[in-house]
Amino acid sequence: MAGLTPASATAEPKAGLSPTQEAWRRFKRHRLAYWSLWLLGLLVVAVLIGPLMWKVGVNDVDLLASLSRPSAKHPLGTDDLGRDLLARLLYGGRISLAVGLAAMLTAVLVGVLIGAIAGMSRGWVDAALMWLTDLFLSLPQLPVLLLLIFLFREPLKQTFGLEAGIFILIVAVIGGFRWMPVARLVRAQFFSLREKEFVEAARALGAGTPRQVVRHILPNSLGPVIVAATIDVAAAIIAESTLSFLGLGFPPDIPTWGRILYDGRDYLDIAVHWALFPGIAIFLAVLTINFIGDGLRDALDPRRVL
Amino acid sequence: MGGYILRRCLIALPSLLGISAVLFTVLALAPGDPFEELATNPNVPPEVRMALRVQFGLDDPVWERYVRWLASMLKGDWGYSFVSRINVDELILQRLPTTIVVIGLSQLLAIAVAIPVGVLAAVKPYSWFDRIASTVAFVGFSLPTFFTGVLFILLFSITLGWLPFVYRSDISSTGWQFLWDHFKQSIMPITVLGLFQAASMMRYVRSAVLDVIRLDYVTTARSKGLSERVVVLRHVVRNAMIPVVTLVALQMPTVFGGAIVTEQIFRIPGIGSLLIDAILRNDTPVIMAVTFVFSGLVIFFNLVADVLYGWLDPRISYR
Repeated sequence: MAGLTPASATAEPKAGLSPTQEAWRRFKRHRLAYWSLWLLGLLVVAVLIGPLMWKVGVNDVDLLASLSRPSAKHPLGTDDLGRDLLARLLYGGRISLAVGLAAMLTAVLVGVLIGAIAGMSRGWVDAALMWLTDLFLSLPQLPVLLLLIFLFREPLKQTFGLEAGIFILIVAVIGGFRWMPVARLVRAQFFSLREKEFVEAARALGAGTPRQVVRHILPNSLGPVIVAATIDVAAAIIAESTLSFLGLGFPPDIPTWGRILYDGRDYLDIAVHWALFPGIAIFLAVLTINFIGDGLRDALDPRRVL
Repeated sequence: MGGYILRRCLIALPSLLGISAVLFTVLALAPGDPFEELATNPNVPPEVRMALRVQFGLDDPVWERYVRWLASMLKGDWGYSFVSRINVDELILQRLPTTIVVIGLSQLLAIAVAIPVGVLAAVKPYSWFDRIASTVAFVGFSLPTFFTGVLFILLFSITLGWLPFVYRSDISSTGWQFLWDHFKQSIMPITVLGLFQAASMMRYVRSAVLDVIRLDYVTTARSKGLSERVVVLRHVVRNAMIPVVTLVALQMPTVFGGAIVTEQIFRIPGIGSLLIDAILRNDTPVIMAVTFVFSGLVIFFNLVADVLYGWLDPRISYR
């Protein structure tokens, strides 16, 4: 944002703070985002080290304890086969969060690539790529996702094994349908940044297009991309849970949050906890990530005075 | 206006072609062959299999197969459902009205909630009403529809016992009782879908109104001595709706996703649950057709948004 923006519209950074420190100072101003970061951090830590501390098998069947309410032995209760829900939720959280992160990375990678190509090249390349972006935006996502999973599930299962095959498929299809907003953002940023003086200076010094993009334009367009990426993690978690909830995600013996909720929904009248806890887990993860995205939007926008 | 609508329709055609190309590519890339079973069947000689492949044109160039497939889709010749044993177009026509009614009513509910709340929040930004409404909206779109659906069933069907949680299309009662029963079983699905939509729509309305309310012509209207009510309703809201219409149309793919989930939770016999059933039973013609119908609906709503856009903003029509 250097050069063209008048100084009065920009929040002058405090002396002696690096850009990262400045962003962190601004991020902390957003109370809800700040506490969401702690809550999400707690959730991630629980999911990462939880299965090491709570050593109950994910698929340990105990028919005597089936559908038991939360107790000291089973803090979150059990399902119809007497499997411990805490262990299943902790394990499922790993998958849900991993899918969210991996799908986000796919989406951002594709989005930045397409947006950057469209933003640097003028004329028909840009027009064609934007037509493709609009086309993908007007695809009905969930039906097409379901169609892709239906068609490619079996072959991928055979090639990569059950768990890895489904993981790759779900990450690829979710990521493949989330790149469009990122591409549009990056293209718009590139359009304005490539005409700025500092890029012109780099060009005048003899920097080639790749160097201009990687060293000068891309780092300056990262702010909105980071925000979009954060929100994409939440969207990917919802998408994965939706697929699992429709019975078309991971197979039944791999407990993801959506899958546990799907299994528990038929027992709402006798075992509320079974559907309630995975639902709350999804909700908390998505809500905190969305709040963090909101906080980052405020923190990374140099025009906002905080 | 007529010319404008016609022009928009012509612009929509390439997107429909593009979407059909994407769907066909997906189908063509997918491994598996309809005659695979015949290959392993020793009673079918290879010559017969080859003859069948030629007859159905499986070895033709891809573009030829695409043109043939598109032509039959456009003619309404969508194939035959393996499971239901009727033509796919009949099956979809049976199910489509329910889906349209559910989506339409939930959109109406969303508009009825989102516009007043969004406008009120934006008229007094950062007031307590705005803070509460914005936070609730934020929580609302972080709640996935499948979880709200489950929560609603838990609260209204199981704990309170007010509403049925399975949608029945074969209600035996007649007259007013019939209408009442239908109304009662539709409340939960429509509310779940409508409130989810309302949450994101309210944020759009709020920011659109905030953008407009600072403009000079609003100040002019106020300084003319118009009452605040007239300024907001006549001058602000009408112009703020222009971007909202586009954003709502862009949300349509998400709405269909939500509709599929809601139909599945409440067992509503619409095309969303038809799609899920078809996938679980490997009924390929139905899957392709339903996806195609959803794509067509998305494009149709984009078209509607374009036309509305022209109506709301007269500057656009003459371009």
